[in-house]
Amino acid sequence: MTTTPLQPRITDVGPPSYDKYLPPIIRKNYGQWKYHEKLAPGVLCHVAESGDRLYTVRGGTPRLLGIQTIRKFADLADKYCGGHLRFTSRNNIEFLLEDAANIEPLKKELAALGIPVGGTNNSISNIVHTQGWVHCHSAATDASGIVKCVMDAVHEHFTHEDLPAKLRIALACCLNMCGAVHCSDIAILGVHRRPPNVQKELLPKVCEVPTLISSCPTGAIRPTTWEGKPSVEVIEEQCMYCGNCFSVCPAMPMSDAENDGLSIWVGGKVSNARSEPRFSKLAIPFLPNTPPRWPEVVDAVVKIVDVYSKNARKYERVGEWIDRVGWPRFFELTGFEFTRYHIDDFKHAGLTFARSAHVRY
Amino acid sequence: MADAPNGKKRADGKPNTPLLDELEKGPWPSFVTEIKSAAETSDSAGDLLGQLELSYEDRLSHWKHGGLVGVLGYGGGVIGRYSDVGEKFPNVAHFHTLRVNHPAAWFYSSEALRAICDIWERRGSGLTNMHGSTGDIILLGTTTDQLEPTFQELTHAGFDLGGSGSAVRTPSTCVGMARCEWACYDSMKLCYDLTMYYQDELHRPAFPYKFKFKFSACPNDCVASIARSDMSVIGTWKDEIQIDHDEVANYAAAGLDIQKDVCSHCPGKCMDWDGKKLSIENRDCVRCMHCINVMPKALRPGKERGAVILIGAKAPILQGALLSSVLIPFVPADELFETIKELVSRIWDFWDEYGTNRERIGELIQRVGLPVFLEGIGLDPVPEMVAAPRDNPYIYYQTEKEGEQ
Repeated sequence: MTTTPLQPRITDVGPPSYDKYLPPIIRKNYGQWKYHEKLAPGVLCHVAESGDRLYTVRGGTPRLLGIQTIRKFADLADKYCGGHLRFTSRNNIEFLLEDAANIEPLKKELAALGIPVGGTNNSISNIVHTQGWVHCHSAATDASGIVKCVMDAVHEHFTHEDLPAKLRIALACCLNMCGAVHCSDIAILGVHRRPPNVQKELLPKVCEVPTLISSCPTGAIRPTTWEGKPSVEVIEEQCMYCGNCFSVCPAMPMSDAENDGLSIWVGGKVSNARSEPRFSKLAIPFLPNTPPRWPEVVDAVVKIVDVYSKNARKYERVGEWIDRVGWPRFFELTGFEFTRYHIDDFKHAGLTFARSAHVRY
Repeated sequence: MADAPNGKKRADGKPNTPLLDELEKGPWPSFVTEIKSAAETSDSAGDLLGQLELSYEDRLSHWKHGGLVGVLGYGGGVIGRYSDVGEKFPNVAHFHTLRVNHPAAWFYSSEALRAICDIWERRGSGLTNMHGSTGDIILLGTTTDQLEPTFQELTHAGFDLGGSGSAVRTPSTCVGMARCEWACYDSMKLCYDLTMYYQDELHRPAFPYKFKFKFSACPNDCVASIARSDMSVIGTWKDEIQIDHDEVANYAAAGLDIQKDVCSHCPGKCMDWDGKKLSIENRDCVRCMHCINVMPKALRPGKERGAVILIGAKAPILQGALLSSVLIPFVPADELFETIKELVSRIWDFWDEYGTNRERIGELIQRVGLPVFLEGIGLDPVPEMVAAPRDNPYIYYQTEKEGEQ
């Protein structure tokens, strides 16, 4: 292995040009697509003004991929689509075929690799998620593990387009929400429930106290001294466990095996179709962190999917279905307990109060 | 029962990971299988397996707070990561991640993917995320001494690092004109052109906090720009939805209930189906996409295309999550690049002047008020910016300046 960097030293080249890796059929028909058809779950056909037909076969991946698997994808792209492929914003892989006769052989090879084909239209697509214990310092839970367990349980809805509308699940392993899960049909969110544990020995060596104090959105951190050295104290009842102090100061760890866990949120969306984009709302404030298979989280997600698929009307996303039937019905049908934690008491809390006499009985 | 420490090979030659082994069961492809397959040739992937098994036992992360590591001349693109159990798992004691700016809409050639795999096999753990939440290729785990050589091999292969820290983060785009009949502007080209224009701001963090761009070419918003980007550029059209009446009739003949499945879901209540003909009152259409999504062969966006520019989305930290809100209701497609450049330079000047440490642009707008922000960037208020005018009477009246009415 050479340790001398290549010469000349190159920087600021930016990403490859946007059209560098486009397959010839896409170059030819760029901006000239006319319509598309659904051929099967995970298989789309886009038709161009020119009459050209492009077939897409979509497969689910675990997102965390070793180079061995990526090379297998590259081999399949060489064999079936002239060496071209793409990934989607939800960690799926898409093979772009010119010849419809290649669809079934490719699907067979993907099945042999353990890659499910689906995730299109009214299905549950892959779960957008974060790093969790694989690579993150502030994770309240693992990410990839829960995703694996949930997708195992709902994979029939990935390979079949059998829901009233599309259903998007996302997971973030703490409130930082690198996965920006806050607008998903179902969001799984790792939560801390105890204030940071101030490491008094370490703090003066690694943190600036004024920066640390100003990092707290609720003003819960106050300056103090400890054995003559600058330190801080946390007003525990003011802490909302966001972890921002830990992000600016490593001497404020939040993790706590007994108290960390998961919350479940529902009814968000980003698409403008029919109703406006909106945030997900709290369904379950806390579930225990139970690796390796997280049965409580899996059961909760499966429950929501089942109740939604039985009760929603065609085209209704989860949030649109709840709009129609009301939150009391949502809690009744799912059996989830409604608690004080469901009532907003942060800023602008009143906006979520029921401000009318519209009540369903 | 274990005859070997976590992640180390047992007598049968397999890594000792009883908890993680549970995650190789079931129909969905397993990330544990991926790590195990990388571990056959990578010692750091092997120790990652061991440390992860320990996290599954302890129900705690064993990564320490990030450190400052990087490549020469850049202030970002590398996430420093150290293990707090490095003595047990020395091959992940230092396990830094590189963010690599992905090609627009994640298109690759097999050759390009192999080039990245070859570099990462020599220089790192052999593990990746395809892709990270913001869109980058994530090269997961290497040591400090490998960062610069990896970076140089990447740039020689035509790739560059992505953003991290208080900088422009790697912009991302939907598939746009490459494979979608609904693309109202060339989102891939715009994403690429702006990424190139902002290379300095991407690699050298100089802002109060991060700034994300996301480009969706129609209101279906396939890259979630309205939820996840400080500047959301969402394609739309100004004129009439294009109708192919014969195809509408074909959908009806094939069993689609046009009244129930299409018209009744229209948020603008602008569609009428008399059993033979579909008519649309386009002035009342909000450009939601439902009817077009349901009948892609019959309905298409209009011909006068462009985008809405929105500002300020973010996840909850610090003051709560925000969705982007409308800044400019319509910019014609061919004016987007110049308009965004000019607008962004004014926004960044304002943010630079008034933003506090770790304050996203959306939170700054919340703090100072949208009217003050608009005045600061020289944009006139228009009714498209609000869902409704204010409903409280606490108006900060301004004293009339001389010469003004």
